[in-house]
Amino acid sequence: MTQMSVPWRPRGKVRYTGLSGLIAGFARAIYGMAAPVVRAFPGSILLGAIFTVILVGWAHFLLFEFADNHLIGADSNISAVRGFLGAELTLAEIENGLAVAGAPAPGVLQYAFYPIQFRIVRDLLSAGGILGFISVIPLYTIWWERKVAGRIQSRTGPMRVGGWHGWSQSMADGIKLINKEDFVPDHADGVLFRLAPYVAFVPAILAFFALPFGTYWVFRELDVALVFILAMLGIEVLGVILAGWASNNKWSVYGAMREACQMVSYEIPMGMALLIPVMAVGTLSMTEIGNVQGDGWTSWIVFRNPFTFAAAVVYYVAALASCKRAPFDLPESESELVSGFHTEYSGFRWSLFFFGEYAAMFVVSGLCVILFLGAWHSPLPMSLADRFLGDDLLSRAAKGLFFSGPLWFVLKCVWLLYVQIWIRWTLPRIRIDQVLYACIQYMLPLMMVILLGHTLYELLVPVHGIVWTFFNIALSVIGGAVMLFLVSIACYGYLNRVKLVGWLGVETLPGS
Amino acid sequence: MKTLMRYDKTILAGLLLAAMACCSASAVAQDYPDPKERPERVVEGEAVPQDAYRSEVTPVVESVLFYIFGGALLLSAVGLCICRDVVRMATCLFFTLGSAAVLYLLLGAFFLGAIQLIVYAGGTLILLVFGVMLTNKSPWVRFDCKPAEMIAAAGVAIVLFFGLATMLTTTEWAQSTGEARSTTVAQFGKALLTTYLVPFEVASVMLLVVMIAAAYMARQE
Repeated sequence: MTQMSVPWRPRGKVRYTGLSGLIAGFARAIYGMAAPVVRAFPGSILLGAIFTVILVGWAHFLLFEFADNHLIGADSNISAVRGFLGAELTLAEIENGLAVAGAPAPGVLQYAFYPIQFRIVRDLLSAGGILGFISVIPLYTIWWERKVAGRIQSRTGPMRVGGWHGWSQSMADGIKLINKEDFVPDHADGVLFRLAPYVAFVPAILAFFALPFGTYWVFRELDVALVFILAMLGIEVLGVILAGWASNNKWSVYGAMREACQMVSYEIPMGMALLIPVMAVGTLSMTEIGNVQGDGWTSWIVFRNPFTFAAAVVYYVAALASCKRAPFDLPESESELVSGFHTEYSGFRWSLFFFGEYAAMFVVSGLCVILFLGAWHSPLPMSLADRFLGDDLLSRAAKGLFFSGPLWFVLKCVWLLYVQIWIRWTLPRIRIDQVLYACIQYMLPLMMVILLGHTLYELLVPVHGIVWTFFNIALSVIGGAVMLFLVSIACYGYLNRVKLVGWLGVETLPGS
Repeated sequence: MKTLMRYDKTILAGLLLAAMACCSASAVAQDYPDPKERPERVVEGEAVPQDAYRSEVTPVVESVLFYIFGGALLLSAVGLCICRDVVRMATCLFFTLGSAAVLYLLLGAFFLGAIQLIVYAGGTLILLVFGVMLTNKSPWVRFDCKPAEMIAAAGVAIVLFFGLATMLTTTEWAQSTGEARSTTVAQFGKALLTTYLVPFEVASVMLLVVMIAAAYMARQE
């Protein structure tokens, strides 16, 4: 039996070449070295990683505080929010900042801080941090999504790789994807096919560069941050359309066209919903909008009046559609379109689409958190912190942990990510005409009513008057009650897990 | 003549490149307002903050970035002329618009850059690609010029080139006065709703008319 003739062009022996080959070899070498260690100490590595992340975050926080303290102390003109990155630092100023912050500044520490005075070093450091964060978020959201999907469907999800609940499953998948064949269909438009994943992925990264994680935790403090992030989310669609088009495949083009329809329609209610907090606060700067909401959970914009409450719901639904998450995942509906716009993609290019999608999920959750859900502030009011906590290091740590800080921002975003996953695995997909009908016939008129109502409310109802306070308190109580209800049904589900998920789930659930 | 015909796209691209270079040069030169000739319109009761704009990058990095993105702008503009596939042309247009937005951002015009991205790169271009996908019949739409079209295009390009070149060489450009000051969104909003209210409203009414017309044409018979 000689070689069979196949209808497609025979491909070379070498599956990957050039840069991707280099990356693949590097990843395999790292995996070869790391795998035995990971297999031996899974739990301690996970705990150590979490601990290190918190420690690094804490060190960053201190650094920001030093710079801030110094700048406020030295120059009374600079009282506005000016990030660590935007500040003009010199070595002497860093030392001053250290002194003001009350920390000891030994000689070694000064040398350690020496490179920080150059802005390009700070920029590179923070860009590296953002890229690292963007790499970690999709990895763990995908793993978490698979676990949640498993629980919802009475199975366990990934269990083996890495030991504890398959915690390194996504990394193993990543290495597999890098090692796959670098495949471009014969009749595809090669250039656009190669370009499309980057057009989908890079804007998602760029959105992070304007997204504040805390008062000083932003790469560039733009006064048009909101418009910029919306633009980036809009450009991502172009990558999907190009991917669908360049694949030269019917299903891909259908997926791409659905994505275009869906995005163009849902951007309108989404943008209008984002206008509501902008109107309430009177600025486009996300940092300022976030800092207005520091006075406990009753001051969050979502509980400000009935219109902001409705706008938050509309925004979240539109954001689901713009991230192509179920029930709006028509562009990649596997039951009809194989897998939509990425049918022809495999390997690293395919994974770029997923990195982009999960990063965009985080960005839309972050927008929702900053604009409606109190940004980086905890439900406790900051005035409480000012009353009971001093200005020493320990008090500031407590402030960062319990009152406001990037930790709270990430926590809230992760909660909204969880809601997205939850919705995806509980609701069925709706038809494309229903998707568009829901947007144009229901959400758009509703959003127009909300916009008009909010304008009139802001103009006519006096702030902190009787009506204003009544709606504020009532909505805050409703919101708190909903949150408590969710927590209690989660507890109920955990206590009754034998009935709900069966013995297989019980044996593998943590804590049993 | 035959050889000339073969390189028609290249010649056109060259001319357009020159035009683009002139345009970008004029855009860059005009962005620094001369305080003597064009006094800045200050909204009453609104003090301009002293540190409204500080250059976000050092001059060296800024000029390096300017050359990178200016080059990307020109290259993608050339690509737009050379490509025969409509979707590739749209992609080139995307990079042109995106690089222009980056140049605006580098000049400190953040609002303009963001609006450029959201309106042109994010909105118009997607509608363009969408239209191409919905309307074409064969899988790959290609543009092939007839000689007459080519000659007409070359004529227009030459006229445009000479017009721009004359304008560039004869105009006295305002010199940079050091730091450019960016306009904040609040200033934009106030200007739109006070000084420029009538043009703003006229533009919105026009858009409304366009929207109604589109809905009328797209309705089911």
